[in-house]
Amino acid sequence: MFKRSDQDTRRPLQIFVDGTAVEAREGDTVSAALLASGRDARRATAVSGAPRLPYCMMGVCFDCLVTIDGVGNRQGCLVPVAEGMQIEIQKGKREIGR
Amino acid sequence: MRATPKRDNYDIVVIGAGPAGLAATVFAAEAGLSALLLDENPGPGGQVWRAISSTPVAEREQLGADYWAGADLVQAVRSSGAEIIHRATVWSLDRNLEVGVSVGGASAFINARRVVLATGALERPFPIPGWTLPGVMTAGAAQTMLKSSGLVPDGRTVIAGQGPLLWLLAAQILRLGGRIDRILDTTERRNHIAALPHAFAFMTSPYFAKGLAMMREVRAKVRVVTGVNELSAEGDGQLATVTYAAGDRRETIPAGLLLLHQGVVPNVNLAMAAGVEHRWDDRQLCWSPVVDDKGNTSVEGIAIAGDGAGIAGMEAAVFRGRIAARAAVQALAPEEAAKLAPMAMLRTNLARAERGRAFLDTLFRPARQFRIPKGDTIVCRCEEVTANDILDAVAIGATGPNQLKAYRRTGMGPCQGRLCGLTVTELMAEARGKSPQEIGYYRLRAPVKPITLSELAAVAKTEADVNAVVRG
Repeated sequence: MFKRSDQDTRRPLQIFVDGTAVEAREGDTVSAALLASGRDARRATAVSGAPRLPYCMMGVCFDCLVTIDGVGNRQGCLVPVAEGMQIEIQKGKREIGR
Repeated sequence: MRATPKRDNYDIVVIGAGPAGLAATVFAAEAGLSALLLDENPGPGGQVWRAISSTPVAEREQLGADYWAGADLVQAVRSSGAEIIHRATVWSLDRNLEVGVSVGGASAFINARRVVLATGALERPFPIPGWTLPGVMTAGAAQTMLKSSGLVPDGRTVIAGQGPLLWLLAAQILRLGGRIDRILDTTERRNHIAALPHAFAFMTSPYFAKGLAMMREVRAKVRVVTGVNELSAEGDGQLATVTYAAGDRRETIPAGLLLLHQGVVPNVNLAMAAGVEHRWDDRQLCWSPVVDDKGNTSVEGIAIAGDGAGIAGMEAAVFRGRIAARAAVQALAPEEAAKLAPMAMLRTNLARAERGRAFLDTLFRPARQFRIPKGDTIVCRCEEVTANDILDAVAIGATGPNQLKAYRRTGMGPCQGRLCGLTVTELMAEARGKSPQEIGYYRLRAPVKPITLSELAAVAKTEADVNAVVRG
């Protein structure tokens, strides 16, 4: 869907998506890194389980909701990636306690 | 944990670090006010100058001169003495000018003597069939990824809609080597005639030459279909095709990415939750706050600057920010106001920046069928409520957006109406034969962004706070 520009010389760093190592760049948001990875990053909605990907990328639509380092319902488009970050694609509602 | 506000009170708190917020903060801090700038993004710039201090796009001309125009203000705010906190989510503002802000998972309340809301704009909902499919995004979303991460579309890509941002995005994608297969222009043909009376003012505005050059640049490389009056996205769990109609022509084209855009509207949530009076704007087809010529709202001490006060663009936002800040300085430290540019000059500059807006508003007035959907098209993305669901609720007695919540939960999901509110107002207005002003909008309340109960519970409490709720 998206590719990186050859001009991008930002430092690569490693995040984990559902346990698999994925390369991101310093300064990416979680959502941008997921979309750039080419992986299937579709979440499932809390209401009907419909598949969704980020829609607005600016903190408005909440279609980027994702579990980051064990905390559910984070807006992936507002959180910058960090080395070793653990991302889980959220399927359905946030679970109690995470 | 990241930096929380250093103090619990400030002369002025500015919310949003786009053009208006940056300009307001610089003016206020330079006049000696204690100023706090709170912004939700990782860096300054808002949407128009997003990632200006971190973008990986090194070839400056690819993003264009208007993008880099923000560099001076960012420099100025950093040396202004103002306190700046990014990744700060303001979730509450009230009539006492108490600001609730969440930073790094912890919330604090701070008090301001003046508040300037510079929360800007968001893209107008574009509720077509299939707009919730993975692979359908806003044009602004693609532009955000382009600016902040140097990402460009590389599969089959269709851009649909209308307005200046659509052409700017297309030009930027092409310059960075991205792919666009088709542009579907939804501008109504009759808008060209309606906009004619405003054409002269537009031709003398800075946007005219830039806009024409950009459209030429894009049309030389991408097939553009004009007069598109039907649009839908199809696919099984993922976008596969886009179908459009333009006059007698109807076509279904394969697509992996559909970028939608039909203009921007004020981001009203925080202002409405603070009790600021808003009116339906018939020309821009959205809710706009009622402000005076200094940006002051119906709530004493709260001013709104930038596109949040009605869409006028980046240059106007800068002057609106300066005007609101100057008014705050005049009120709090009148002896310092003389240091700042005179109000009359700021107004002249603002008027110049606003020139041509009526032309753009009229030419790019989104068509009725793209604002008021039908059938099983989703209106509320969060609660997955369709146009028919809403019409059914109206048929059994729902009178307006607030009653509709009880019937269908529209606007009660995490986005809090940001992506359905305008559609619900217009849909219900049409169904009930009323004006949008009569139908009204969701009653918005804090928290305007979701925070956890544990975060709320962890906020420092005084003994009086505790005594107010603890029994016996």
